[in-house]
Amino acid sequence: MDKFSKLFADILKLWGKYGGSYLTGMRNTLVLALVGTVIGCIIGFVCGVLNTIPYTERDPLPKRIILKLVRVIVRVYVEVFRGTPMVLQAVFIYYGLPYFTDNAVKFTNIWLAAMIVVSINTGAYMAESVRGGIISIDPGQTEGAKAIGMTHVQTMLNVILPQALRNIMPQIGNNFIINVKDTSVMFIIGFPDFFAAHRAAVGASYLYFPSASVEMVGYLTMTLIASFLLRWVEKRLDGSSDYELVQTDQLTMTAGTYNHPNKGTPFDEHSLEYKEERRKRCGKGGR
Amino acid sequence: MADMILQVNHLSKSFGSHEVLRDIDFTVKKGDVTSIIGASGSGKSTLLRCINLLEIPTSGQILYHGQNVAARGVKAPEYRSHVGMVFQSFNLFNNMTVLENCIVGQVKVLKRSREEARQHALQYLEKVGMTPYINARPRQISGGQKQRVAIARALAMDPEVLLFDEPTSALDPEMVGEVLSVMRSLAQEGMTMLVVTHEMAFARDVSNHVVYMNQGVICEEGAPADLFGNPQKQETRDFLSRFRST
Ligand SMILES: Nc1ncnc2c1ncn2[C@@H]1O[C@H](COP(=O)(O)OP(=O)(O)OP(=O)(O)O)[C@@H](O)[C@H]1O
Ligand SMILES: [Mg+2]
Repeated sequence: MDKFSKLFADILKLWGKYGGSYLTGMRNTLVLALVGTVIGCIIGFVCGVLNTIPYTERDPLPKRIILKLVRVIVRVYVEVFRGTPMVLQAVFIYYGLPYFTDNAVKFTNIWLAAMIVVSINTGAYMAESVRGGIISIDPGQTEGAKAIGMTHVQTMLNVILPQALRNIMPQIGNNFIINVKDTSVMFIIGFPDFFAAHRAAVGASYLYFPSASVEMVGYLTMTLIASFLLRWVEKRLDGSSDYELVQTDQLTMTAGTYNHPNKGTPFDEHSLEYKEERRKRCGKGGR
Repeated sequence: MADMILQVNHLSKSFGSHEVLRDIDFTVKKGDVTSIIGASGSGKSTLLRCINLLEIPTSGQILYHGQNVAARGVKAPEYRSHVGMVFQSFNLFNNMTVLENCIVGQVKVLKRSREEARQHALQYLEKVGMTPYINARPRQISGGQKQRVAIARALAMDPEVLLFDEPTSALDPEMVGEVLSVMRSLAQEGMTMLVVTHEMAFARDVSNHVVYMNQGVICEEGAPADLFGNPQKQETRDFLSRFRST
């Protein structure tokens, strides 16, 4: 028990001396993770959309070549940044730029460098999530939109992306939480995040374990709050599960002859099953 | 021929080596209600999808007021905004309410003001009896109701012709009636319609022209009384007798 009271005393001591720098570290970590995730999502959305622009043999050759090229570039970007550690990416970009330009271009702003690295890294993950989110939307809705004359861009912006965004919210949350933790590697380029505060504190006080405890509790607090907020945002996005009847429906005959609204209709599953069944029958009929 | 809306000439469509439509010719005049019947796999859906350019015909022409929309370089979205389509699987936008489903196309495609679009949408939602549900989302309404919303969504674009691909086939039997009754009243108001259906009673009683398709070709067509009462081809007789017996 006295070990714990000693730990507690040490933590108090640490906090008394370095509390300010821990708090600044937390703030920096959160800001970096948030900005990185938001910009990363934007990159991811752009890549995901570029990757899913449809083309047919009817399209002119230049358009097809450009679209193919875009897909290859996105693919390479995703594979490279998803397949290498972020700590190395940070070093690579931070020291690579001055190296190649003979120190003509270098990062004077550590924030900028860190944000670029985290954004690009998150973007690589999000590109795949967004692509998955887009292709998971039932193609019938795309056809429905086309049939009323919407262009590809209009269909994407109004119909597909809002639903894809909702579907990948859990992944965005995941990425944010990963970023809160993994930005700790940014100490390598001297970014003053929460973990850097730990290194500074133990460098002066040698209280390794107590400081690590502070870090553990601090990171856990940040990620728990983030989880909680994300859940709340998802709830908000889903909207109300009720709706108001404006007046009575004249065409439905008697109560109970149709699925009650609240029961919902598993329409996607149903139609898929139906299509399968159709296809089988068509196959037989077609021969 | 001012009242000619669509003219399909020698339309063919293949998927790979599978020739699904062969040399289809037919016309749609203003006010026509044409039913397309035929066995499963005979290419009815493909024909309708070609007419709406959801599939690109392999060869042949689709003349819309004399202009060939199947040609390269034609802006499909512009053309599609004049030709409404109602699908078997409804295809409503799940992220929008019933009312928004009927507004979005008018605002984005026809560039109507939101208020104008709203009034217009409400008018058609009332016509299909969905006024009470304007704030509901697609997942909260029944199949028959979804299909009525899909019809209102198409109508709100003020299309010149409305294509229906088996609009009642995915519905439970008790919901078929409400959709058919909406379609019937549209036909009576003079809407030009092209309906793929397995509802023989609808084809016989509501349409003024029936097309029987068999294995990718138009086998026989004519007025419903003739086609149902006195079919000329053996295939047509076989198909119709199969329907009577089931
Ligand atoms: N995208 C596609 N790729 C390949 N083959 C297809 C495609 N769409 C349809 N087919 C084939 O074309 C044929 C005609 O299909 P279609 O859906 O037009 O028939 P249908 O008359 O509408 O049948 P049903 O009454 O079952 O709806 C079928 O043999 C089908 O397998
Ligand atoms: Mg079909």
